[in-house]
Amino acid sequence: MSLLQAIDVAKSYAGHKALDKVSIDVEQQSIFGLLGPNGAGKTTLIRIINMILAKDSGEIFLEGKKMTPSHTQFIGYLPEERGLYKKMKVGEQALYLAQLKGMPKQEAYTKLKEWFDKFDISSWWHKKVEELSKGMQQKVQFIVTVIHQPKLLIFDEPFSGFDPINVNLLKEEILKLRAEGATIIFSTHNMASVEELCDHIALINNSKVILSGEINEIINRFKANIFEITYKSPKELLLDKEGFTVLSTNRTNGTFNSRIKITGSGSPNELLHAIMPQAEITSYREVLPSINDIFIQEVNNAQHE
Amino acid sequence: MNKTLLIIKREYLSRVKKKSFIIMTILGPLLMAATIILPAFLADWSEATKKRVAVLDETGWFHEKFKDQDNITFYYIYDDLETSKENAIHEKGDLLLYIPRTQLNIPVNAQLYSTIQPGLNVTTYIRTVMKKEIENRKLLASGIDPEVIKSAKTNINLTTYRIEEGGVEKKSNTEVEVGLSIFAGIMIYFFIFMFGAQVLKGVMEEKSSRIVEVIISSVKPFQLMMGKIVGIALVGLTQFFLWIVLTALFLGIFQSGLFGGSIPENLAQWDQSGQVIEQSIQTENIGLDKLELVKEIIDGINFRVMIFSFIFYFLGGFLLYASLFAAIGGAVDQDADTQQFMLPVSIPLIFSVMMTGVIINQPDSSLSMWLSFIPFTSPVTMMMRIPFGVPLWQIWTSAVLLILGFIATTWLAAKIYRTGILMYGKKVSYAEIWKWLKNK
Repeated sequence: MSLLQAIDVAKSYAGHKALDKVSIDVEQQSIFGLLGPNGAGKTTLIRIINMILAKDSGEIFLEGKKMTPSHTQFIGYLPEERGLYKKMKVGEQALYLAQLKGMPKQEAYTKLKEWFDKFDISSWWHKKVEELSKGMQQKVQFIVTVIHQPKLLIFDEPFSGFDPINVNLLKEEILKLRAEGATIIFSTHNMASVEELCDHIALINNSKVILSGEINEIINRFKANIFEITYKSPKELLLDKEGFTVLSTNRTNGTFNSRIKITGSGSPNELLHAIMPQAEITSYREVLPSINDIFIQEVNNAQHE
Repeated sequence: MNKTLLIIKREYLSRVKKKSFIIMTILGPLLMAATIILPAFLADWSEATKKRVAVLDETGWFHEKFKDQDNITFYYIYDDLETSKENAIHEKGDLLLYIPRTQLNIPVNAQLYSTIQPGLNVTTYIRTVMKKEIENRKLLASGIDPEVIKSAKTNINLTTYRIEEGGVEKKSNTEVEVGLSIFAGIMIYFFIFMFGAQVLKGVMEEKSSRIVEVIISSVKPFQLMMGKIVGIALVGLTQFFLWIVLTALFLGIFQSGLFGGSIPENLAQWDQSGQVIEQSIQTENIGLDKLELVKEIIDGINFRVMIFSFIFYFLGGFLLYASLFAAIGGAVDQDADTQQFMLPVSIPLIFSVMMTGVIINQPDSSLSMWLSFIPFTSPVTMMMRIPFGVPLWQIWTSAVLLILGFIATTWLAAKIYRTGILMYGKKVSYAEIWKWLKNK
């Protein structure tokens, strides 16, 4: 069942099309990656979902109901360009922002205290925001985004500005939030984290969705039937025959590492059969394309069309 | 709790708790009280040092004409100039007034020597005495008795009455009204600008710190803008009320505490001092005590009307201008860019202050009336007219137009604000803003 559905959403600014009939479908309790080069329209789509911008046409449904402004309290949004009131105290500010999301003051206070303890930042409560480093401010912003336990969380480049330790902390929290029932849309250029976290992705380029689906399905769709085999042998094996093409071979001491593309009639098992009698195989695996490769390939293809 | 209320509360509290607000709130009334009290205090203090003046009169016309004053004592010497200087100035530390004999029949020159600044009260007194004496002598020389001239002098005591609706006659005094009019007009101008600037600053801060996107994902941009404007308006009203209360309080403290029991006397003196010179001649003719008159006029000022209309025109004018300031703050990226938009917005406000003279001279002219109808100028100009009395229908017209005016500017401003706050790194032009306005 889908939590959020955008159907044919379009938006243009003074002559420039920012979104051209974009449709996405975000499944309940999943992590949805919104990818795309800069200026593709990701932020516009996110702002429309948040009702910050009005769409020109199309529909957005949250849990099957047409979205209205009152739905924004079910959404937690961490924008890419984010900030806090510099002169305001951390605790006071977090409380204010939580209340703006519709939380009663007392409940917000209790919840905030829990989160501050969890992130080990309770001592910042009475500090002014301007006294915190950028990374510290990001933590506060993260807490403020999730504090009202929204059904839908939208993170725009959540990891920028965090050190690796805090990136991990954040990833853990994101996964935990999903486990607790939240649905997450997350927009990023960091492809490694996409592979690690996302269940579904949509690739937006030039205001259109050019690729979308379940992440493993997409990777399978783009695999090139290339296998990597490592074997021990006194000399390189001759494997170029019907159905197999050796793409590259590296030799280190008595160990060879070959990338072989299986074409037409060949199959992975046949390849294995061909090698087994002649050498000792130490590893054999299929080479899958990374999301990064797919991203670059698809964006380039789209531009050439 | 309603989200707009939350915003209003934050905007209000974060400003009221600021040190600068507290300082302004205390300093303002202190200054106001001081401007009322200090002249009396200073006059008292400076006159405390007694001065002695040695008079070396070679003409002999002014013998015994200089009478001892509160703080000035005169004595006469008959040496030559150099000896007198030596004795009076260097040995005794006094002042020396030298009236030399001249070729002319009538001496018009005199010299005052001293090692210190003689002070205005000394020179004024000497000049007055000499002038009077010489005039008398001239009159006598032409065969006119100075007493005749004195009795011929007449002072017209013209008391003006304004007939209010319902036939109530009210004693009015243009001087007091002019003072009140200028004060009210300038105050409105100052308040609108000071708190309008806070709106501009607040919006720009939200935009540049990038918190705005977080907030408008919870509330509508219009709620954020109005919350800010209303919150700051309340700060303005708080300041206004505190100033009135504290000024009264400080005046009370100054009077009773700091100066002990002596102050009421001094204050009374000072109250007259503005008219001291005129009065010394006039009091004989005017049957009414001047102080009494002032009191009666102050009683005549309708403070309730003044305060009520100040609050109305401050709120109306503030809402009108603050929404425009908010739009500017939302549209621009950098401080430097604000100038080009601030100027056209503030011109009507500055213009209305420049019209002060015109309005005071003719508060009922059609120019004054129209200026107090146009929403952009009415807050300042209507406040200036109100002390003189304004027909009720004009107040209503002006009030309704002002309300319509701020509804219109708020509507326009909200459109600019909504688009502008999410625009970064783009230098905005009027053409760009026009495009935003056409957006639905």
